[in-house]
Amino acid sequence: MHPTRRVLDSRHWRAWCDVLINDKIRRSFTGLMVGMLTLGLTGCATPPPADDPDAVADYKQLNDPLEPTNRVFYKVNLALDDAVMKPVAKAYRFAVPEPVRTSVHNVLDNASAPLRLADDALQAKPRRAGDTAMRFLINSTLGIGGLFEVAKPLGYPPHDNDFAMTLANWDVPEGPFLFLPVLGPSNPRDLTGFGMDMAMDPFTWIGLGTEDHLIAAWSRTAVSAIDERERLLDTVDQIQKTALDPYATFRSLYRQNRAGKLEKLRADNRATIPIWWPEASRDTH
Amino acid sequence: MIDRRFFLLGIGVAGTAALARPALAQADDKAASFIRQVTGNLVAIVNGPQSLAEKRAALLKIVDGAVDVDGIARYCLGRFWRQASPAQQQNYVAAFHQFMVSNVSAKLGEYKGVQITVGRSRPLDDSIAVSTTVERPNNTPATVDWVVGQAAGVPKIVDLVAEGTSLRVTQRQDYASYLSQNANNIDALIQAILKQSAA
Repeated sequence: MHPTRRVLDSRHWRAWCDVLINDKIRRSFTGLMVGMLTLGLTGCATPPPADDPDAVADYKQLNDPLEPTNRVFYKVNLALDDAVMKPVAKAYRFAVPEPVRTSVHNVLDNASAPLRLADDALQAKPRRAGDTAMRFLINSTLGIGGLFEVAKPLGYPPHDNDFAMTLANWDVPEGPFLFLPVLGPSNPRDLTGFGMDMAMDPFTWIGLGTEDHLIAAWSRTAVSAIDERERLLDTVDQIQKTALDPYATFRSLYRQNRAGKLEKLRADNRATIPIWWPEASRDTH
Repeated sequence: MIDRRFFLLGIGVAGTAALARPALAQADDKAASFIRQVTGNLVAIVNGPQSLAEKRAALLKIVDGAVDVDGIARYCLGRFWRQASPAQQQNYVAAFHQFMVSNVSAKLGEYKGVQITVGRSRPLDDSIAVSTTVERPNNTPATVDWVVGQAAGVPKIVDLVAEGTSLRVTQRQDYASYLSQNANNIDALIQAILKQSAA
């Protein structure tokens, strides 16, 4: 997974919403979007000749018709990352000791629990919803506002979730691969889910329009971006060093990672019946 | 009446399952004990007191003995394997072998203190995936599936799947993309792999 995708994970739309309130910025943002769309519409990959069935099959399986445009944005993001995110993440790793960084991550993770709970419910996964609810309760109280991970050893394991996974669970197809400016690897389904997550997150709306909200939203965005990037420092370096075509490797890893999470979600049919019921011992997780 | 029919059906199903189970379970157990042995050796080498050169030599022995390097190499070249000349195939497999060894030995340092717990195994296509938990100091535990194939009659590792991402699938797509960006030139790919391994 590319750093910049996670960089603008869930919380960031909120920040964007705040940006959009400012009319001047909105106009230049619209200009950027139009520019991106134009680029996106013109930069299409050339399909292989129809008399080479193997090549055609590979092309279809690759499902990256916008590859030339995607590669442009990959380069743009790489430059942005080199100039800003990577140095900041490195400084963060250097300046802040590991236990503190872990706690920062825990707090951010805990704050996204309500959103995860909504997605668990929409996916009709009662045990996952139970895990999320208990984790939020325990980590917010015993874990002091989410600073410490107490719920896991108590038997409530964490899991990833987002609205794009809900869409996938409803059999919405993922669509072609996209590499987006700032956001990184995605596809129409993940992008839609990303927007929905912003809209569904209670923290998007609490105190909206006040100065406190603006500060809180921007801080959360910035801190989670730095946190995510720091956690990926070694992985991304490794990929950029060992891959012959890092763009293709990030594309492959992003898709496999998403597919893996979906598979885990679909396989998680833990029963909600009492523990003494014979079938309860059948662990399907 | 209905109850009895279901009861008989249940016995039938259970009987079939009981008959089918041992063969499958045996292959599973074999794969699991194979992986237990390989990971045990790996952990011993990585955490051992030997010099770096000695560790590299020991790792090379494991890679050669327990990993189906030729099979993985063929898989990673995909449809281009058939298009390659015998000489290209040979050069490519040699380059891939070198890449594998340099990649594995590069990980020696960062895996110091590693612990691997072998869990359940399950059939995956015509292979068996053995699930393990890999724990490193200061890292969240990772689920890694070791895919064991039986192509040569003896169990060999054909893939590693870490948190849902397969090493050989990623590698194959990397190579495919490199080839499509370089006019499907297999010799260029071989050179690029060698360059990457030497770095």
